[in-house]
Amino acid sequence: MSDKDFPPPVKYLDDRLGIGKIGKKNLRKVFPDHWSFMLGEIALYSFIILILTGIFLTFWFKPSMGDVQYQGSYSLLKGLHMSEAYASTLDISFDVRGGLLMRQIHHWAAVLFIAAMMVHLLRIFFTGAFRKPRELNWVIGFTMLFLGIIEGFIGYGLPDDLLSGTGLRITQGMIGASPVIGTYLNFFIFGGEFPGDDMVPRFFTVHVLLIPGLILALVTVHLFLVVYHKHTQYPGPGRTEKNVVGYPLMPVYMAKAGGFFFVVFGITALMGALLQINPVWLYGPYNPAEVTAGSQPDWYMGWLEGSVRIMPGFESHFWGITLSWNLIIPALLIPPAFVTLVALYPFIEEWITGDKREHHLLDRPRNMPTRTGIGAAFITFYGLLWVGGGNDLIATHFGVSLNNVTWFLRFAVFLGPVLAFWLTRRIAISLQRADNDRILHGLETGVIMRLPHGEYIEKHTPIGTYEAYELTARERKLPLEIGPETDDNGVRAPRRALNKVRAALSRFYFADSVQKPTQDEIEEAHAHGHGPGDEHEELTETETFHEVTKH
Amino acid sequence: MSEDQSKLPAVSEADEKEHGAVVVSEPIRDPGIEPHEPRITDIDPKAADRVERQVSTMFGLAALLTVGSCVAYFAIPRDAELVFGPLSGNANNMTLGLTLGLALFLIGAGAIQWAKKLMVDEEIVEYRHPAHATPEQKADIIEGYQQGVEESGFTRRKLISRSLIAAMAALGLPTIIFLRDLGPLPGRKLYTTIWAKGIRVVNDVTLRPIKPSDLQVGQLVNAAPANLAPIEEESPVEYQNAKAKAAVIIVRIAPNEIRTPAGRENWGIDGILCYSKICTHVGCPISLYEQTTHHVLCPCHQSTFDLADGAKVIFGPAARPLPQLPLAVDAEGYLVAQSDFTEPVGPSFWERG
Repeated sequence: MSDKDFPPPVKYLDDRLGIGKIGKKNLRKVFPDHWSFMLGEIALYSFIILILTGIFLTFWFKPSMGDVQYQGSYSLLKGLHMSEAYASTLDISFDVRGGLLMRQIHHWAAVLFIAAMMVHLLRIFFTGAFRKPRELNWVIGFTMLFLGIIEGFIGYGLPDDLLSGTGLRITQGMIGASPVIGTYLNFFIFGGEFPGDDMVPRFFTVHVLLIPGLILALVTVHLFLVVYHKHTQYPGPGRTEKNVVGYPLMPVYMAKAGGFFFVVFGITALMGALLQINPVWLYGPYNPAEVTAGSQPDWYMGWLEGSVRIMPGFESHFWGITLSWNLIIPALLIPPAFVTLVALYPFIEEWITGDKREHHLLDRPRNMPTRTGIGAAFITFYGLLWVGGGNDLIATHFGVSLNNVTWFLRFAVFLGPVLAFWLTRRIAISLQRADNDRILHGLETGVIMRLPHGEYIEKHTPIGTYEAYELTARERKLPLEIGPETDDNGVRAPRRALNKVRAALSRFYFADSVQKPTQDEIEEAHAHGHGPGDEHEELTETETFHEVTKH
Repeated sequence: MSEDQSKLPAVSEADEKEHGAVVVSEPIRDPGIEPHEPRITDIDPKAADRVERQVSTMFGLAALLTVGSCVAYFAIPRDAELVFGPLSGNANNMTLGLTLGLALFLIGAGAIQWAKKLMVDEEIVEYRHPAHATPEQKADIIEGYQQGVEESGFTRRKLISRSLIAAMAALGLPTIIFLRDLGPLPGRKLYTTIWAKGIRVVNDVTLRPIKPSDLQVGQLVNAAPANLAPIEEESPVEYQNAKAKAAVIIVRIAPNEIRTPAGRENWGIDGILCYSKICTHVGCPISLYEQTTHHVLCPCHQSTFDLADGAKVIFGPAARPLPQLPLAVDAEGYLVAQSDFTEPVGPSFWERG
């Protein structure tokens, strides 16, 4: 041991930076293995790809709205007046070798970045990975998603083509609807009236400096916390709240995760080569008096667009002021309310469940039916708004009335989530029952036997111990009980009303969840599990809280 | 590490009862990590060698493709086109992207194959530690903090602490105030356009003035004020800003189909009406006209306006009709504006009234 020393360059760095100690802790750090853990990786890698390709693009892009006459090699626009931003985007696309490829990789990676963050968020949500101690990392992640969406939107606003200008015009109109300060905000953000000549240079700074800087800082904290908390893992044999089971960073994850970066980069590069995205030369330069029919934002803005599209046209005029409910509600109230609810979800659930313990074992979505149902409701709400963003395309592609599509969505955004919640929760509960059946009765073999007295039964084989443990490796979660109204001395319990709400919510969360079987139930089932008494046992085996309390 | 991999203690969840979770005896004891099952590459050296060849082939190909992309950079002209069914496009872009993309993908695929098939795949265990500090650490930290507070006199010398807070709070002001010059104050800018009495209505592409006889019933023309084009030479920015407010549509509708709002009886000429082209919702230029119904639809959010009925909203999120420009005919018989718009054009804003 003592005669071993680092090779000279490592020793040099260790003597000055102490990298040895960091390496000792992290070189063989264990990460659990599951396909769903790579979703965040896709987001991280697309962010790196965005930085790399973005730097390339800044070498040629001119963030200026100064008027020029286009003289590049795209003959259809030759001689036209346009902004330097648009002209330089054309130059990148037609005159810089590899420029179009980098532009298209950049745009595809942006689309992928936000999609990956969103799916990663769903994975975290449905498996309960946001629970203590990771609530703050959830908020950090969510902030990155929010910043990423703004970053992407501003990004495709920079080329100053007809589509990007239309997007910015819509944003300007929305900002203008803000009560009291709307007009002033617009004049300060756009440097005067729309479009002016400040928006591209200003948004460029935000796009290449401010937001990427913030995201980079947050990514660093996010990853530091992942390392510090150690990764969550799915329940299973040998996996506990106190350990983490998996493969070491060096060499397995260096190769797997490092390799995966190249896979993501490779795929985005192939997309950049083969799949056209945002062909700005077809749209022409921005002209505030023109727009293309069927204009669509990038996919992640679709839900906001839909929210605005399906809102009926209400406006109030009184005391010399205008309140544009048609924008305030869909653009200034609903989206912030939605994102705030999502961002605060870990804290809301923690309050309802009263659970202040650390959790490192993930929930299977079926084992938290109410949470899973809520998730499905959120997805449905988001999805329907997103569909609303393409109501015109749905109308033209399917030959249906635009007005009917819009009217349908006006109701569906409220009813759809309720339906999705109920359906998902029922499915989750059914899956819990199916799990219990599997534990208690084993697998159906397909072998039919005839008993001496004539009855036919299907033979079941018990499942293996490892699988049985995996299926039962979850907690029994029961609703919170609130204590008696008054204590022994007749003093009323404090915050009674609040606690009642909390107990009701807790009941809503857990009352219908199916508990895993007890040891006695398993023994009983195995003892005479295949006998004629089977039918009657069903009820007690899969008792829910409601059923127990009814007895 | 070897002791980490040894047998795990049984789950110690028992006799723990906390909020929301009741832990009764576990129905099935934790059997510990499943035993490692060797892969073919662990047993058969030939299979392992085969994987080695696969991985090195991928890495080797990646190197060749990367060099190939550099060759393509110089060899393929920037404007060459590749025509190959759905895979048609710019040849330079495609060859660079295909070579680089495949090279990157192969590096990644090779590394992952190496990790999955050849690297040791026995799971190992690491123990977690709670995020919080131990009680001794907490005591140390609290003591250190209190000592620091004590030695600085921050809580004792109230004058210092309060004035410092005031100084820091004051720094918030310049961070806002210094941004004042981001833009001018709105003033009356949103209330006016460059339309004025006697300004001719011109076609927005040809810039030719329009006579009533140029328009047939059912026709819609995108138009602009005659004084717009000259601005472009002086100031392209002012030109864009003016255009964003002054763009109009002129439509000719059979007079018997028109329902004229009160007070606008003399705003049209023989069924020729002029409306702002800027949507009253969020300001997109409105452009989809349906001749038979006289409806015009905004392509951004599908607000629909009935041009024969004072451009009132008949569907969609817009809340107000498109402002109408009063028309007249000048001495030479061309369409002109009687005045500027009588209300602000474009999206709503707080002070609009």
